[in-house]
Amino acid sequence: MSGEEPGRAARGLLELLRPRATRGQLAGGLLCLLLGFAVVAQVRSTQADTTFATARQDELVGILSDLSQRSERLRGDIRDLEGTRDSLARDGEGEAALAEARRRAATYGILAGTLPATGPGIEVTIDDPAGRIRADTLLDTLQELRDAGAEVIQVGDVRVGVNTYFTDPPGGGVVEVDGRRLQPPYRFLAIGDPHTLTTALNIPGGVMKTVEGLGAGGSIVQRQKIAISAVRSP
Amino acid sequence: MIALLGLVLGVALGLMLQPDVPLWLQPYLPIAIVAALDAMLGGVRARLEGVFDEKVFVVSFLSNTVIAALIVFLGDQLGVGSQLSTGVVVVLGIRIFSNAAAIRRKLFRA
Repeated sequence: MSGEEPGRAARGLLELLRPRATRGQLAGGLLCLLLGFAVVAQVRSTQADTTFATARQDELVGILSDLSQRSERLRGDIRDLEGTRDSLARDGEGEAALAEARRRAATYGILAGTLPATGPGIEVTIDDPAGRIRADTLLDTLQELRDAGAEVIQVGDVRVGVNTYFTDPPGGGVVEVDGRRLQPPYRFLAIGDPHTLTTALNIPGGVMKTVEGLGAGGSIVQRQKIAISAVRSP
Repeated sequence: MIALLGLVLGVALGLMLQPDVPLWLQPYLPIAIVAALDAMLGGVRARLEGVFDEKVFVVSFLSNTVIAALIVFLGDQLGVGSQLSTGVVVVLGIRIFSNAAAIRRKLFRA
């Protein structure tokens, strides 16, 4: 019995494949033709455009609003730049060009640390009587301030630049910044949005918690005017 | 045999004509195709079991595709289009597998 089974199954398959031109068979064939056609069409359209064809409506709306925001911002940039260009074209004396260059020089000078700056910001004082604060903690503080958008920073009486570094002296003791010994307590002056800076330092597990965990005292004072007078030599 | 020929011919036609799926059909065609695949495998299974009926095949093929597309359409109207499409694909996938298993059992006794 079981020996006959494969033979019967094969016969069944053969019979299945034998063409019989009845109306039903033709209809089935037509439907299968339609199916094959549709499969190819669908596969092709999926390959042609995979980015947006499968995206749902809300995703598309999100993408669209992103794009329109960006184009709005870029249009604003265009307006600004066109204004600059017009004012440059208008004056023959070079007044506007000079003013523009001065403005840029001032911005870059502040960013590079070669010019003094004032503005709203915070004053961070880290009092470390036990001497447990090491360079890495101060570096963390500095990076946290930078991440939170501080534009100008001063540590002790040293202006912070892009290549500022902290070092522990070999025998321990007070941390050095850019090779200069700091006078404890460590004092950071940072210009930026005071609220954002304070929040950044106070996050759970953040800089202030670390400082307290080391047995040192940290305090933050928000000021409407912080004057940073230390400069770096160009 | 004619069905197989039709399938091959359809693929060949699709490759030659390079059709573009019209926009209004785009959300429904994939689901309809899966439903049609299910109907086709169901037809092969019925043929092997000796209960194949052309009328049943044609009607089930058409109704399956139309109902699948309708469910997706309804889902889109109700705002649960993607979830409902997933549901339909899952159900049809299960049916395709069970049909394929029945065909395999008939052909190879395994």
